[in-house]
Amino acid sequence: MIAANLPALQVVLPLLGAVVCAMVRRGPLAWGVALVVSLAMPLIAVGLLIQVLDGSTISYALGGWRPPIGIEYRIDIVNAFILLLVSIIGAVIMPYAKASVEAEIAPDRQPWFYALFLLCLSGLLGMAITGDAFNIFVFMEISSLATYALIAMGQDRRALLAAYQYLIMGTIGATFYVIGVGLIYTVTGTLNLADMASKVGEIENSRAIIAALAFLTVGISLKLALFPLHVWLPNAYAYAPSMVTCFLAATATKVAVYLLLRYVFSIFGKVFVFADLPLPEIFLVLSLAAMFGASIVAVFQEDIKRMLAYSSVAQIGYITLGIAIANKLGLTGGIVHLFNHALMKGALFMALGAVFYRVGSVKIDDLAGLGQRMPITMGALVLAGLSIIGVPGTVGFISKWYLGLGALEHGWWWLVFLLVLSSLISVVYIGRIVEAVYFRPVSSAAKRATEPPLSMLLPTLLLVASTVYFGIDTAASAGIAGRAAELLLAGLR
Amino acid sequence: MTGPELVILALLIPTAGAALIALTGRSPNVRETVTLVSAFALLAVVIAILSRTLEGETIVTGAFQVIPGLEIAFAVEPLGMLFACVASGLWIVNSIYSIGYMRGNKEPRQTSFYVCFAIALASTMGVAFAANLFTLFLFYEALTLSTYPLVTHKGNEDAMAGGRTYLLILLGTSMVLLLPAIIATYLIAGTLDFQSGGILAGKAEGTTVALLLALFMFGIGKAALMPMHRWLPAAMVAPTPVSALLHAVAVVKAGVFTVSKVIIYIFGLNFLSETGAGEWLVFVAAFSLVMASVIALTKDNLKARLAYSTVSQLAYVVLGASFANAMGLIGSGMHIAMHAAGKITLFFCAGAIYVATHKTEISDMGGIGRTMPVTMFAFLIGSLSIIGLPPLGGTWSKWFIAAGAVDSGHLFVIGVLIVSSLLNIAYLIPIVARGFLQRPAGIAAGAKVRIKEAPFPCVAAISITALLCVVLFFQAGAIEELLRGAVSQPGPLVAGGAR
Repeated sequence: MIAANLPALQVVLPLLGAVVCAMVRRGPLAWGVALVVSLAMPLIAVGLLIQVLDGSTISYALGGWRPPIGIEYRIDIVNAFILLLVSIIGAVIMPYAKASVEAEIAPDRQPWFYALFLLCLSGLLGMAITGDAFNIFVFMEISSLATYALIAMGQDRRALLAAYQYLIMGTIGATFYVIGVGLIYTVTGTLNLADMASKVGEIENSRAIIAALAFLTVGISLKLALFPLHVWLPNAYAYAPSMVTCFLAATATKVAVYLLLRYVFSIFGKVFVFADLPLPEIFLVLSLAAMFGASIVAVFQEDIKRMLAYSSVAQIGYITLGIAIANKLGLTGGIVHLFNHALMKGALFMALGAVFYRVGSVKIDDLAGLGQRMPITMGALVLAGLSIIGVPGTVGFISKWYLGLGALEHGWWWLVFLLVLSSLISVVYIGRIVEAVYFRPVSSAAKRATEPPLSMLLPTLLLVASTVYFGIDTAASAGIAGRAAELLLAGLR
Repeated sequence: MTGPELVILALLIPTAGAALIALTGRSPNVRETVTLVSAFALLAVVIAILSRTLEGETIVTGAFQVIPGLEIAFAVEPLGMLFACVASGLWIVNSIYSIGYMRGNKEPRQTSFYVCFAIALASTMGVAFAANLFTLFLFYEALTLSTYPLVTHKGNEDAMAGGRTYLLILLGTSMVLLLPAIIATYLIAGTLDFQSGGILAGKAEGTTVALLLALFMFGIGKAALMPMHRWLPAAMVAPTPVSALLHAVAVVKAGVFTVSKVIIYIFGLNFLSETGAGEWLVFVAAFSLVMASVIALTKDNLKARLAYSTVSQLAYVVLGASFANAMGLIGSGMHIAMHAAGKITLFFCAGAIYVATHKTEISDMGGIGRTMPVTMFAFLIGSLSIIGLPPLGGTWSKWFIAAGAVDSGHLFVIGVLIVSSLLNIAYLIPIVARGFLQRPAGIAAGAKVRIKEAPFPCVAAISITALLCVVLFFQAGAIEELLRGAVSQPGPLVAGGAR
């Protein structure tokens, strides 16, 4: 009974949890509810992943209405991987959240905060799990609306502006998405993704389809912060409460990338994305612009949360680069980087959240000398930073290796050099943090700082350890990413 | 204990040492004991590995697969064996010296100093015993990162600036040039294993090979081939034991070791000499060799002069490897050991002078031989070894390199070597001459000069390394024999053959 309904539970459980959180009206209790739900999520996701690991697909008819008329939850190895990633990050962050949220959110708002978080989680999982184009839109709105409110809860008043900015941009993105879906619907008469894929294949290069693809690509790219549609991201990450930044950086853009993969490869791939349209070239140029432009901007940031936010834009460039390369190795690199980047950025923002908890600021000047005061947290920060740089033995290297192999196999040898050159820029901004933390005298803000409570430290260390573990044993990460890439590329033929 | 276990142990000892040093940081005496015990234990293990290798045992560890094609695995071959012996042997001497230097100078943060030192040694062992390019690259980068805190140990603006150059050049070259070279090698050869005769042979064309070789040679920034040498003088801000680690024990040696290893086991000597793809390298190395010596002449700061001397001496190693024949490779492998002994002596002396007198500029060192006779005598021995005069170790390596030049038909190189030796004399001997012949500043003629040497551990370490320069002259035969195993083809070789 439970096993058969796992797909529904993955989404419904956090949705119900949100309602319970809103009803209990007490911060710690709401946290308890959110914790239980978040911890259950990875179990469900693992349950789903195991079922599809052999290459099969789970089709779950929601409410018993048969697809393609009813809404179908359709899980293959690609989105099972995304589900697992999102739910694991949620589960790791929740124990961490308690101390951080108590410090940053007013007590009467805490239950709402957790309710919104669970809504956001449910929306993200829903976007990944559903096989229905319009249902994706619904979940996209659920997660986005929750996110706007979560960002607005940041202490800094500029958080309101950041939330507003994201609201506008996010709504434009969602609207474009719906327009795209509407256009496909007029041509194919279906909203079911699998059905759509087969019907799009029958229709020749029509103008409506091209327009639909354009709208969908732009809409989704706004959500995943593809350069130059990224302008909402740095502010949103910088001013959101610490715990929200961790969660968003590790998950939100990743789910949007999944949607892009799904549409580009599984639905449109067959027809013309890679044959008739210069979409790979467009992604290539934009990815490179992100990798260099955003990295350079990151170097000059004084607020480290902003710095890492720009670094995220750059890292998303690596992921979309995998789409542009579009052979098995390159795409594996893109997908595994999606996973790897979630780990390292999650770890970095968690370490920064701990800094904010103790120091009350994440300005680079206020971090000065913190290496003496918070040695463990700072060690974690540096290790995760090495991942961003892509030192061998960390996850960052694995991504670079696959992307480099893919580019070379594609005959783009120059791309290999651009790839490694851009990661050299990250040496500069990570180096700035290292120099401040270890070589400058202790700042007045950091004088009395100590290590954060264990509830914050342990989840941070867990993520940091995973950035090293998955840099050495990649059977689970790159292994599954490789299978996902194969499955997606099969859609092209 | 089996051979592979010993290799793993060689990696674990310094790692465990680092952990123990961190734990015992509160009491300096215990901490220093841990350092020394780990150093001696490491040497014992390395010698055990050596004796098994000499008995003809092929030591190959199991492989841990990171990604299909990328494996972490270790194998013992002659070149790595020599490098491991040099590094582990000199770690002992360096530790003794560090104790005297760090305490004598009352340096701060000594615990983190010894921890990073031990980690650097563990990385060095990983480089020495790596069975494939990925493993080597992994530990190569670990070595860069673990020595960065050592270079910046002083923690002031200068140290930070030096550290920046150090990190950016070493990480930069390895990421931007070496990594693409490794990726390309993997795509061309389908493997990254070090194999006798090379893995690229017959799989790539002339231009590709030459380009790939260039990526490797300039990508291995630790070999300090001009113009990638800037990090070495920049790293001069570090405390002297760290300079010794950089110049003699681990870092630059890891660089030139990697160069030799890539030329022998990735390209293959026959393949390289047949395609002629390495021809340009002879000229680049020869240029680097002479140019660095000329620059050294202009430096008044002793450590800076020694740094450029190192750049020049590293070019010898690359030069020897660039001939792609047995003589040249034996010469370059041997030069790793010979230069290590000579240069560590010189750096120890520079540090001892600093501890005893706080002098760093050569022009201030007139008459220093009268107050520090042991130090300056050792300096003389080290200098003569660098120059390549008998009865000191440096003689033989230069001999073999010259023989390699003749074998490969590059007769002009003989001229380059002669000019370089003259330059070596010009920038090293005046220091000694002034030290002994000039009158110390501020002391009247005829007045008795009081001897004031550096702390005892420093002097002891200096004496040991100076003696080593002499011993190596007589033991060069053993090194040659060891290295022949690496260059004779087909030989009883590394991983690939056994697996």
